[in-house]
Amino acid sequence: MTLAPTVGLGLKAQHYADALAAPADGLWFEVHAENYMVEGGPRLAWLEAIRARHPVSLHGVALSLAADAPADDAHLARLARLVRRFEPVLVSEHLAWSGWGGAYFPDLLPVPRTGKSLERIVANVDRAQEAMGRRIAIENPSHYLRIAAHEWDEIGFMSEIARRTGCGLLLDVNNVHVSANNLGGSAEAYLDAFPGDLVTEIHLAGHKPDPNLGDALLIDSHDAPVAPAVWALFARLVGRIGARPTLIERDGDVPDFPTLLRERAIAGETLGCALRVAA
Amino acid sequence: MDISVDAAPAPAPSMRSFQDAFARALLDPALEPAAEIADLARQPGFAVYRNTVMKGCIDALQANYPTVERLVGEEWFRAAARLYVLSAPPASPVLAQYGDGFEGFLAGFEHAAELPYLPGVARLDRYWTEAHIARDESPAIAVPPGCLPTALARAVMRPQPIFTIWQRNRATGPVDESDMAWRGEGALLSRPRDVVRWMGLEAAGCAFLDACAAGRPLGDACEAACRADPGVDVTALFERLLEAGALRQLDA
Repeated sequence: MTLAPTVGLGLKAQHYADALAAPADGLWFEVHAENYMVEGGPRLAWLEAIRARHPVSLHGVALSLAADAPADDAHLARLARLVRRFEPVLVSEHLAWSGWGGAYFPDLLPVPRTGKSLERIVANVDRAQEAMGRRIAIENPSHYLRIAAHEWDEIGFMSEIARRTGCGLLLDVNNVHVSANNLGGSAEAYLDAFPGDLVTEIHLAGHKPDPNLGDALLIDSHDAPVAPAVWALFARLVGRIGARPTLIERDGDVPDFPTLLRERAIAGETLGCALRVAA
Repeated sequence: MDISVDAAPAPAPSMRSFQDAFARALLDPALEPAAEIADLARQPGFAVYRNTVMKGCIDALQANYPTVERLVGEEWFRAAARLYVLSAPPASPVLAQYGDGFEGFLAGFEHAAELPYLPGVARLDRYWTEAHIARDESPAIAVPPGCLPTALARAVMRPQPIFTIWQRNRATGPVDESDMAWRGEGALLSRPRDVVRWMGLEAAGCAFLDACAAGRPLGDACEAACRADPGVDVTALFERLLEAGALRQLDA
């Protein structure tokens, strides 16, 4: 099953009933896989019901692909179980690490892009795709630190991982904006250089200025509407590479469902324009 | 953006030592950062990771212990939760299960000493979560003679009126402020079908379910109930537990 290039929404528990009832006009939902790694109960039942009506995408936040350790077998088994049960249209993870030394850090931690880390990440993506029996996509991170130890640029690094593992790339446009702002540089140049043929999904989200440093340090907080600058970058991207399944993420300060649907319609306009141009 | 490479990159630390140092610096801002990450820990952006990790852990505890939060207020809760996170960071990314030591933490927390019922309330919040995410199972409607009943529900008994306090504060509406009798209470939580249910349970019932949960045979469970309350009507108790969906369906 492949997903048409329409706009999906991050699924929040408070919107289960709305999501189930929403017209299925290309609407799809993405969930954080870890929230459904439970034995049973209403959470899984809701997802099952929504899955029967709308396509579902599985977005992992804790596989820790960029940790210097083999991807955790128990975690892979939990992911594979969800993939079997919900048959997601997309499965994605991050170019990041979050598990280390027996502890879990609920964040997407940065890794120097080196030959060594490339080998490790490639091996872990291979393991993940093997365990789940399907292709996954990996997402570009938001950056807050200048890391002197990088040997690779990010696009080259991600492209090489995709070339060696066959994985796709999830391009988060908000992360590109946040990173360009925080580290200096051009988000437009980054997006223009990103290999469009590898992009299987696009993410959009809101961000916030750091409470102390203001706009000098933007936080990828997912607790605000998509910013105008990010909408402009999104239009530029799909104008170049064409429409892709696009997700609007909202994890904090979550508004009511109709508000999210209105934001979804804005993204749909942009994708619709790209489809009309391509036709 | 940082997509270019510095002309003369610093020698890269090994991935392992980088991640060791980074992980240590995340949870302990007072620690002098190791050389591998010293230039990163000095950047203002490092605090973003520290704050996000801490916020993620505290948010998870707050989601898992809503009644405790309601009783002590959000500010107090988050301050206490921060200390708990530092003492017991999550080991698993399944954060719905995070915080199984929070009850014990509260029991030993000096600032909670005046709230002796707080650990018991935390236990009931924990049982609610455990019931909410437990495997889907059909409760027994009858247990054939000779079968070993096993518990689908969790029960706890405390010397304070934990069930009344928990029940009044678990919901989101206005709290019932009427007087309550200050006496020991037990409670049972189960999810017989798709919704978590709870009921008050006296000492004999708690002892009975504890014995079932420990895998003791039926005779032992009855004995435990009688020890807790010599006057208990075991047959009536058993029927009430069945009605509450507290016992597992057995393959006869």
